[in-house]
Amino acid sequence: MERVPVLKIGDILLVSIQIDMEDQTALQLQEDLAEKIVATGCHGVIIDISALDIVDSFVGRTLATIAAVSRVLDAETVVVGMRPAVAITPVELGLSLPGIRTALNVDLGIEMLAFSRDGAWAEDAEDDENEADPAAVPTP
Amino acid sequence: MKEEPRRIPVATDQDVVRVRQLVRTVAVEAKLSLVDQTKLVTAASELARNTLVYGGGGIVEVYGVRNDFRAGIRIVFADEGPGIADLELALTDGYTTGGGLGLGLSGARRLVDEFTIETAVGQGTTITVTKWCR
Ligand SMILES: Nc1ncnc2c1ncn2[C@@H]1O[C@H](COP(=O)(O)OP(=O)(O)O)[C@@H](O)[C@H]1O
Ligand SMILES: [Mg+2]
Repeated sequence: MERVPVLKIGDILLVSIQIDMEDQTALQLQEDLAEKIVATGCHGVIIDISALDIVDSFVGRTLATIAAVSRVLDAETVVVGMRPAVAITPVELGLSLPGIRTALNVDLGIEMLAFSRDGAWAEDAEDDENEADPAAVPTP
Repeated sequence: MKEEPRRIPVATDQDVVRVRQLVRTVAVEAKLSLVDQTKLVTAASELARNTLVYGGGGIVEVYGVRNDFRAGIRIVFADEGPGIADLELALTDGYTTGGGLGLGLSGARRLVDEFTIETAVGQGTTITVTKWCR
């Protein structure tokens, strides 16, 4: 069975699927990626599917599972590079790809991750302020 | 147009990959549009996986076909597995007995132009799909 490599580039894990994956390969990738997220402490994962010529229900489920597992491990996943012809099929298949964020290419995916990370920090900061406020008001 | 079918025995994950690749090749030869190629390969992937996982393996045959108006591709997925007891249920979006998404049969039906199932409990399942060139 072939294996899809998981590369660490800066603070991002990049998975570029370059082969027509058999189902076992997709399951292995799920595992490898989860381990790599924990081992590296990366908060962002980019999955490049520009070489995939179909997304069937198995690949769709794999992507959704990766996104969900990553989230539990405090990492955000962006799927990038879906071909136009490929994008049409999951809809007809009834595949909703829940919780999967997408971008057109790797560069935009990296931008999206950086933005959502910064956004998360800004939100945290706001939350802190909001939490501080009620405490400042003396309870009657 | 009557030509020899191309057959792939399906017994492993790797065979499902081979089915996808054969269907792609034949779809390109038949000059299906890129979107139609993608739909047919996706449907074939779903059905070949079912042949393997639920049918316990089987045979996939791919034919070039032609009627008075156009050319097309016909694919037959045959297994001698347990069969499908409740076809209507199996064709319902989201129904699965194997922990899948339950979109293979129903989704494949939407992705092709013609879709027929013959199945008998204890004897097996044969699914035939056809996609016509536009
Ligand atoms: N070739 C087959 N032989 C026996 N049962 C089948 C076959 N194909 C499909 N089924 C049944 O139909 C159900 C739905 O199939 P499908 O829509 O592909 O969903 P999934 O593969 O996710 O279970 C399967 O869970 C299985 O019970
Ligand atoms: Mg299936």
